[in-house]
Amino acid sequence: MTQADMGHDIAAAPGSASGAPTCSADVTSLVGAHAERLENLYPSVPATVNREEGLMLYRDMTLGRRFEDKCAEMYYRGKMFGFVHLYNGQEAVSTGVIKAMKLQHDWFCSTYRDHVHALSCGVPAREVMSELFGKETGCSKGRGGSMHLFSKEHHLLGGYAFIGEGIPVALGAAFTSRYKRDALGDASSDSVTAAFFGDGTCNIGQFYECLNMAALWKLPILFVVENNKWAIGMDHNRATSDPEIWRKAAAFGMAGEEVDGMDVLAVRAAAQRAVERARAGEGPTLLECLTYRFRGHSLADPDELREEAEKEFWAKRDPIKSLAARLIEQGLATAEELKAIEKEIDAEVADCVEFALAAPEPKPEELTRYIWAED
Amino acid sequence: MAETLLFNALREAIDEEMARDPYVCVMGEDVGQYGGSYKVTKDLYEKYGELRVLDTPIAENAFAGMAVGAAMTGLRPIVEGMNMGFLLLAFNQISNNMGMLRYTSGGNYTIPTVVRGPGGVGRQLGAEHSQRLEAYFHAVPGIKIVAVSTPTNAKGLMKAAIRDNNPVLFFEHVLLYNLSEDIPEGDYICALDQAEVVKVGSDVTILTYSRMRHHCLKAVEQLEKAGVSVELIDLISLKPFDMETISASIRKTHKVIVVEECMKTGGIGAELLALITEHCFDELDARPIRLSSQDIPTPYNGALENLTIIQPHQIVDAAQQLVAGKI
Repeated sequence: MTQADMGHDIAAAPGSASGAPTCSADVTSLVGAHAERLENLYPSVPATVNREEGLMLYRDMTLGRRFEDKCAEMYYRGKMFGFVHLYNGQEAVSTGVIKAMKLQHDWFCSTYRDHVHALSCGVPAREVMSELFGKETGCSKGRGGSMHLFSKEHHLLGGYAFIGEGIPVALGAAFTSRYKRDALGDASSDSVTAAFFGDGTCNIGQFYECLNMAALWKLPILFVVENNKWAIGMDHNRATSDPEIWRKAAAFGMAGEEVDGMDVLAVRAAAQRAVERARAGEGPTLLECLTYRFRGHSLADPDELREEAEKEFWAKRDPIKSLAARLIEQGLATAEELKAIEKEIDAEVADCVEFALAAPEPKPEELTRYIWAED
Repeated sequence: MAETLLFNALREAIDEEMARDPYVCVMGEDVGQYGGSYKVTKDLYEKYGELRVLDTPIAENAFAGMAVGAAMTGLRPIVEGMNMGFLLLAFNQISNNMGMLRYTSGGNYTIPTVVRGPGGVGRQLGAEHSQRLEAYFHAVPGIKIVAVSTPTNAKGLMKAAIRDNNPVLFFEHVLLYNLSEDIPEGDYICALDQAEVVKVGSDVTILTYSRMRHHCLKAVEQLEKAGVSVELIDLISLKPFDMETISASIRKTHKVIVVEECMKTGGIGAELLALITEHCFDELDARPIRLSSQDIPTPYNGALENLTIIQPHQIVDAAQQLVAGKI
């Protein structure tokens, strides 16, 4: 990518007196700058995986997809309430990053679109589904809900419902890692934190405040931007002056990288590089993953704004189908083996629903429990 | 016993707790090399190093959130608001995350943090630097709120706040840092949830906190000369209120005045009097009195500023009228 490629269809021309959006003449794509960026990505070397790793990634992404499909079904059947934001289409990011890190050692921080991150971290599907049903067996004991999944056991720092507020929390976890190593002299303290957030979040102050502090103190953190182009109904290119988010890293003197967020092996390779830098004490990375959500912003979103052509462009790049094709092509798995995994996942998802439906509600007498550290 | 200035009492508390527990750390603007704008962390940077006494950029929302994440992963941060008013910029992190996260996480995480700094109306600092955020934060669930008023309680409460496993908002007062008195030697703590009976009396109960304690003491001196026996209680804990101590006093005097520096509307006294009405309705012989600051931005002009907050003579007048049955 070059500077000339930036912000094709919406960038205000510097000389334009009106400042009105202008389109460059050579743009013929029907699907916009976001798709074009993906097509023009400088090819990165994808991660090499063996059979076991390949199947693990496939399993995780399939679990994410089918779990979310089940959530939609349960929501429309009236088993689930509130705002529910599904992750379909973005699985390569969660799986690509989290599975490149050490579970129950590194830390993970999510947003309101957090179900699949939780699953990738290893929170059992039963605990996540129970939480969505508001049950006592939920990972947040039914007190959190869809946007507030937490698991200390699995180092999930939480789902944060307001834009950007999770980033400083993730920064704090990265600070603890460095504090233990450098202030307490614990040489084994090398945990890295991954903070996930979207393109819309890259316009809020906390994002910039935290990039600055992370670079300043060389904290072991990955800022993972899931750029799915749409902040609810706001096209990324209408919301930000420079749509190439990864370039903002340069202003803070940190490593920045853009990656095909529909390609789990590309994301995995980028995450591995970033984690290696972080563990070596070389500080943070801003990783922009170009991706797309296949569903609306939430299940309450009628999704009327996005063009069919755009949706089709991204649907063709379904990250799970791509991985399946790759595994088969490389002889790491057969179509039958992948089908068998899908069947296992379907059974796991059915089991978690059954478990969550039968699980107990929180006790009314425990309404005020968990306010204070002592109870 | 040693004569100690209030800011030094706080400093001693932080120093002793940092020596006692390596997970205790300080973060905020100018807390390190500069030693804190009121010198509460003076020399601690040299003693404990740049990570344990962390100078942060001016980014309240982010460093307050960073303290939350640090606390969730094992540290015990003390966050300094250089001026408590600046914490308006950290309101989301203090409310959504410090206060609510333990609950919304179903008990997964604890957030042992102290957020401390100077609040209150100083001397002609202008409206933005003269805020009393204790009232703004009062409704946030899951946080404890204390206000210190003497070197002795400042040290004991700071140590208790640092050791507490919950988030504590710790209000100091910009005009009290140079207050000096003998404080107990060595390690002692004061309970975070207990009011202090400053003076025992029988005619009227005065409830107050922070700097207004000293205005009340001036008023009490005059009232005593006029033959009015005042029971003066420093609330210390603004959340939760120590209703046991407060109710016991009202059962004795049957008359109550609240003296506060925050604004009247939605203030600390508003909540306190609502609770007193619920708990002690039958004990009251007269309607309760609330002496609060005006509901206005604190003006710069010195004379206007004095008119904005309660002065000792107003406390004297109110108490005399109340005891004389004129209210």
